[in-house]
Amino acid sequence: MKPVFTRPRSLADVTTHYCPGCTHGIIHRLIAEAIDELDIAERTIGVAPVGCSVLAYNYFNVDFQEAAHGRAPAVATGIKRALPDSVVFTYQGDGDLASIGTAEIVHAANRGEAITVIYVNNAIYGMTGGQMAPTTLAGQKTTTSPYGRDVKLCGYPIRMAELLSTLVAPRYIARVAVNSPAHVQQAKRAIKRAFEVQVNDRGFALVEVLSTCPTNWGLPPKKALEWLEENMIPYYPLGEFKVPKEAE
Amino acid sequence: MSEKLLMKGNEALGEAAVRAGCRLYFAYPITPQSELPEYLSRRMPEVGGVFLQAESEIAAINMVYGASGAGARVMTSSSSPGISLKQEGLSYIAGAELPCVIVNMARGGPGLGSIQPSQSDYLQATKGGGHGDYRLIVLAPASVQEIVDLTTLAFDLADKYRNPVMIMGDGLLGQMMEPVTFPDEVKKDLPPKPWATTGWKKDRPKNIINSLELQPERLEEHNRHLQEKYARIAREETRWEEYLTQDAEVVVVAYGTVARIARSAVEAAREKGIKAGLFRPITLWPYPYDALGRLAETAKNFLTVEMNCGQMVEDVRLAVNGQRPVYFYGRSGGMVPTPEEVSAEIEKLAYGRCEA
Repeated sequence: MKPVFTRPRSLADVTTHYCPGCTHGIIHRLIAEAIDELDIAERTIGVAPVGCSVLAYNYFNVDFQEAAHGRAPAVATGIKRALPDSVVFTYQGDGDLASIGTAEIVHAANRGEAITVIYVNNAIYGMTGGQMAPTTLAGQKTTTSPYGRDVKLCGYPIRMAELLSTLVAPRYIARVAVNSPAHVQQAKRAIKRAFEVQVNDRGFALVEVLSTCPTNWGLPPKKALEWLEENMIPYYPLGEFKVPKEAE
Repeated sequence: MSEKLLMKGNEALGEAAVRAGCRLYFAYPITPQSELPEYLSRRMPEVGGVFLQAESEIAAINMVYGASGAGARVMTSSSSPGISLKQEGLSYIAGAELPCVIVNMARGGPGLGSIQPSQSDYLQATKGGGHGDYRLIVLAPASVQEIVDLTTLAFDLADKYRNPVMIMGDGLLGQMMEPVTFPDEVKKDLPPKPWATTGWKKDRPKNIINSLELQPERLEEHNRHLQEKYARIAREETRWEEYLTQDAEVVVVAYGTVARIARSAVEAAREKGIKAGLFRPITLWPYPYDALGRLAETAKNFLTVEMNCGQMVEDVRLAVNGQRPVYFYGRSGGMVPTPEEVSAEIEKLAYGRCEA
């Protein structure tokens, strides 16, 4: 018998702390598959954020550093500059990257740091109990926007992939989702591409991954996948915003 | 030793860091330390090192975190308001036990304050600054030559104890020029760092650089470990200098730039027949409590002199432990005390004064 589906070598064989139905697990797996397929595990160093994925360092079979809230791109910069032949990736949520860490992500991208950023956008602060995020949709109810996000008071949800695409230095920027098998396949290709850009072109790459938070959205997992499709994708369109020039 | 060079304190510090094997430096421009990033922006490329001007002080200290966690000798520098911004990172670095060197060429505060020299970050440097139970080793040079010597020491102490080390100067020390000599040899044999994240080749356990410990029992255990380390540092690394203290009736306690002014004042007092001496802490943490306390057996009065509003007084009082009165003279806001002012204070104590 030939196994046709196994756990990626770079994904640790442990139980995660993520809520049932959360899509962090899928994204972790896609990253581990990319690391395995590119055979870079022995020189990969991950940087974990503060947020739901704060314990990501327990789930990958690679060296890891745990960063302060929002500072992962700066920590990754330090690692990459110290060890230029390493492969460095950050794993950050929307509160981490799009709120408290905006300066760090903008400038790491603008410098063209040769790092890969996996940016998980679920439109809410999960770890702290479902507060409004900079990515929370207009009208969306959270524990700190109980009447729904009022864009007159709080501004509009921030589109980081588009914003960062205005910079010259980044080589690859894409937005994907993990709410259906077809979207997961697209996400897999984008994540692998984002590592290839670092390894082959020594450029900055970011993949924004639209993700669900059934617990804090107050939806069953399947309904959450549908909510993402119906509400998030229209505002956060999927696609590749920047690709390496030779591939255009 | 190599030839004597005339250098600014900030530039000498940069050269000393390079010779200590520091190959990565991350910082943000701020007066009065900008000569240091300017020097290293020229110097680092010559030795194959990395100079990176960060987008903020916060980013700079977190770049230090990443590079140190990857096993490199790394440094950042700033001045008071910028050091305040680094406190979050310093707490994480102390918690994760990452060796690195932080330079504070301090200026007047609070707030945006001034760009003139000050020592008003003493409490921030020695008692915390960031959150949690942690300590920085804090070195206070009093000359450009001592900047060089203590920078070399700072990198060694950081590696030896896996602890952040702060070099605490001020705008005056950073910008004045004095003759210096550097160690001949560039350091090559750096201590092994088997804990660093260099890529997991399965020849050791997976390395994780981290300060998070959600289990309270384990975090308490980590805190106990840190406290034991701090106690060991206090036993083994406390440094100070004494000048004419053996028979001194008035002991002036001062560090850094002010210690040099105080030394002139002590000499002036001696010429007038007053038995004055100078006690100069070189490590502000660990503080030389025992050595200073011993002087309480012979001295009658202690006079703390600082370029702030009396931040070190509590440490002098802890050292003297109520055996003798402790007085204070200070200037703040970027004002520098003159030897005459300090002499006058010494004379008041020597000839008796009532107010405490």
